Amino acid sequence: MTDVLTQPRPIRLKGRSFLALALTPELPFADWLRRLDDLAARSAGFFLRRPVVLDVEGLDIDRAELRELVDQLNARNVRVMGIEGARSSLLGPDMPPAMTDGRPAGDIEAPEGEPAAPAQAARPVADPAPVAAVPVPTTPSLVVSRPVRSGQSIFFPEGDVTIIGSVASGAEIVAGGSIHVYGPLRGRAMAGSTGNAAARIFCRKLEAELIAIDGFYKTADDMEPELRGKPGQVWLEGETIKAATLG
Amino acid sequence: MGKVIVVTSGKGGVGKTTSSAALGAALAQNGEKVVVVDFDVGLRNLDLVMGAERRVVYDLVNVIQGEAKLTQALIRDKRVETLYLLPASQTRDKDNLTPEGVEKVIAALKNAFDWVICDSPAGIERGATLAMRHADVAIVVTNPEVSSVRDSDRIIGLLDSKTLKAENGERIEKHLLLTRYDAVRAERGDMLKVDDVLEILSIPLLGIIPESMDVLRASNVGAPVTLADGRSAPALAYFEATRRLKGEDLPVTVPGDKRSFLGKIFGRKAA
Repeated sequence: MTDVLTQPRPIRLKGRSFLALALTPELPFADWLRRLDDLAARSAGFFLRRPVVLDVEGLDIDRAELRELVDQLNARNVRVMGIEGARSSLLGPDMPPAMTDGRPAGDIEAPEGEPAAPAQAARPVADPAPVAAVPVPTTPSLVVSRPVRSGQSIFFPEGDVTIIGSVASGAEIVAGGSIHVYGPLRGRAMAGSTGNAAARIFCRKLEAELIAIDGFYKTADDMEPELRGKPGQVWLEGETIKAATLG
Repeated sequence: MGKVIVVTSGKGGVGKTTSSAALGAALAQNGEKVVVVDFDVGLRNLDLVMGAERRVVYDLVNVIQGEAKLTQALIRDKRVETLYLLPASQTRDKDNLTPEGVEKVIAALKNAFDWVICDSPAGIERGATLAMRHADVAIVVTNPEVSSVRDSDRIIGLLDSKTLKAENGERIEKHLLLTRYDAVRAERGDMLKVDDVLEILSIPLLGIIPESMDVLRASNVGAPVTLADGRSAPALAYFEATRRLKGEDLPVTVPGDKRSFLGKIFGRKAA
């Protein structure tokens, strides 16, 4: 018994929240898969690197049909991380696990396909002055110029969210980028929700119920009391949430 | 064309019915034609507060279902000639209110009256959203306590999304009526202060109604507080609120600003 572990390191278990797309297939699956193919063709990589949950609530299918659907999706490179709304008899160890308690977020618009290049080239140029159509890479942002009320939820996975006004207790802001609140932040703010650890949260008055960046979160009880009610910013350093007063 | 006002709140028991009756009576005392509509189908109370419970024959649901004409259901107040009441049904439930029916009734009332005051049920359910749908102005009734304030915030969110005005891209005019305000307890920290409530809700203040036994006394004798005793503190506050509602720019006095020396001692002792 001389074999002693020199580095008794514990295994770390952490809670983390992710945003997942929920796909809701419709019967008959063949038609639905065709529409999915059409969407995928217009926007290559729409499903790439996105966790996808299959929502089969209310669909009258048996185990073989579900199996077939998951296989079809796998063949299309859509990786299903879980199945929601399925009876337990439909699932097995060879299937994605069951997911419960998903909370709805805003709909994500399917991207419009790039205009077909040949059609553009073939179009006769009527305008003598050529218009430079250089695509400028933009950082999308959402500006909300009214208070966000209790029970309301702003969901913007594309980029920054700026709120001119207050975020009430019981309200929720989810942004892919940073969150700026020019007013008191009393509700929940989740920045960098699509995996952006560099996102930050800024507010005029920090009274949040919960703040999260890239899935790491802190509740009101964990926050330094001396920051309460002050203008502040919140960022992520490694895996710890840091907060400081502004100005 | 009359103005449609909805008196609403998230939480029950904050004084919507009392306020609807008091504001309605105060407006009518100046000779304007006013109708107060009870939307709280299933739990009617407005007829009690207005002292007309024994005169209800037809109600809002009867009119909507086409069982009675609007003129048959309207009850004229015995004290003020230009004040009318459209009672709610006690026996039917709110599912009897159809959006089309409500729209028709409101349109007819708008043509006949200067002010249509809709006493909404509490909460965010169907009855409440139907009552607010056609409103031009919303009066959000709130008590100075956190649960009431948060629920009001939720209601303001609905007013900004579920009303016809909001759907047409306009903003509905919103006012805050702070009821059951007790200056001593607010000072002691048992209640939210006026500034805190205003800061959280950020809508203009229509008035502050002090907590008073006069309100209870008035509702027990079946008279709007502005009719029962026009010189009581809550009645005066409702009269001022009415003037602001009509567009007058009147400063709001917070009750208990000038407190007695004795009150200060008691206030501190209890804290």
